[in-house]
Amino acid sequence: MNDSNLTTHAIDVNKIGRKPQSDDATDHETCISVDKFNLFYGDKQALFDINLELPKHQVTAFIGPSGCGKSTLLRCFNRMNDLIDSVRTEGTIAIDGENIHERGRNVTELRRRVGMVFQKPNPFPKSIFENVAYGLRLQGVNKRRVLEEAVEHALNQAALWDEVKDRLEDNAFGLSGGQQQRLVIARAVAVEPDVLLLDEPASALDPISTLKIEELIHELKQRYTIVIVTHNMQQAARVSDYTAFLYIGELIEFGDTRRLFTVPQKKQTEDYITGRYG
Amino acid sequence: METNLGQHISRQFDADLEHLRSQVLAMGGVVEEQIADAVEAFINADFILAEKVVRRDHEVNGMEVALDEECSRVLALRQPAASDLRLIFAIIKTITDLERIGDQAERVVKTVIRLGGDGPISEHYPAIRHLGSLVKQMLHDTLDAFARMDPDEAMIVHAGDREVDREYEAITRQLVTVMMEDTRNIRGCLSVMFAARALERIGDHSKNINEYLVYMVRGKDIRHTDKLPPA
Repeated sequence: MNDSNLTTHAIDVNKIGRKPQSDDATDHETCISVDKFNLFYGDKQALFDINLELPKHQVTAFIGPSGCGKSTLLRCFNRMNDLIDSVRTEGTIAIDGENIHERGRNVTELRRRVGMVFQKPNPFPKSIFENVAYGLRLQGVNKRRVLEEAVEHALNQAALWDEVKDRLEDNAFGLSGGQQQRLVIARAVAVEPDVLLLDEPASALDPISTLKIEELIHELKQRYTIVIVTHNMQQAARVSDYTAFLYIGELIEFGDTRRLFTVPQKKQTEDYITGRYG
Repeated sequence: METNLGQHISRQFDADLEHLRSQVLAMGGVVEEQIADAVEAFINADFILAEKVVRRDHEVNGMEVALDEECSRVLALRQPAASDLRLIFAIIKTITDLERIGDQAERVVKTVIRLGGDGPISEHYPAIRHLGSLVKQMLHDTLDAFARMDPDEAMIVHAGDREVDREYEAITRQLVTVMMEDTRNIRGCLSVMFAARALERIGDHSKNINEYLVYMVRGKDIRHTDKLPPA
């Protein structure tokens, strides 16, 4: 739309902001770039020729039916699949321009930069404080004052500080499921990663805790690039800026969440998000 | 992009959407009859038929309220997305326009009632009858396109509003001439003018419904695009 002073009924149409109806991820700097990526579990191929550019400091959601490869793809971003012997990959994944599979890359450092939170909260059998401080201690940080500051900061970011500040030495298992999940997020952000991977972070939680996690995701995207896998399509629609739909190992459609949920371009996407037979 | 209403995993959802759609068509059918009756009542100065149109407008209003409730229920319970969302959205907008068309039909017959025995000027009956049948056909084709979810048909009907506008302008010009010839004609002419104006508005509302239909099927918003500056 140009800058002409178009008015109807004394309203400046330019100010109403009739946005272009498709708006894709090209406006943002790329954080994770996936190029011609294939993944095999033994002989069985699980991901087929995935090409994807995930924008920085935005939330991208992966949706798709069970077994479509969304968690597999997510786990590639911090090389969690390395832990499975039969896995073989082709193609490249780069984070901030650096190929993560490059020979000699420090995987521990990669996993510090790319934090991960799972479906079931998995706090360590330690105090709340030690759970959050764990990653820092691994990095050799031991000064009590530094740790205290970092723990408070991380718990604040995870919107948990006010609930636990008087019981930091209590065992983490005493927290509710929703609190435990936020504790795990605090543990992930304590080491100041660039990327947060969330694999079904709210599916084991009640609706209120779920909303708290979603609100938290919205806060966290100011500082981190977030990738979330979810079965809950309304959740994907609510929390994400961009959505990728995967089906049987292929990327079917990727784009602006607002567009994908109102005017999807592919029939398979349409059928999935409207709950039709594929 | 194609729109298939059925085939949801939830059959109940299929049934809900189908029910909504058929209710819209039923409401459209009543409104279509209202236009025909209103034009007849106007031309024949038929008070009884005029009263019937006024009474039936309550029925149309009731249908709008019921459909609105049904739509908000589906939105709350099903959280529809993509084409389902666009369908609900289009229905909510469509029934508003249908209700307004009903109001316009009522407006036509109210001129009959207001005039009493002092009927409109008879030489303009054919013009009103023609305009009436034009907008009735336009609504009919609109509902037809809606029933078949045919955006191409909708675009053709949409363009037909220009003919309605031309007809309305012709009537206005004629009436002005008649009024200038003899001021005693003014009262009668004004009532014809009001009726013609109401019928012309029906064309505009039908045009809107076709726009919603294109959005529903294609996901493309064509409203006001003719008023946008070139990109």
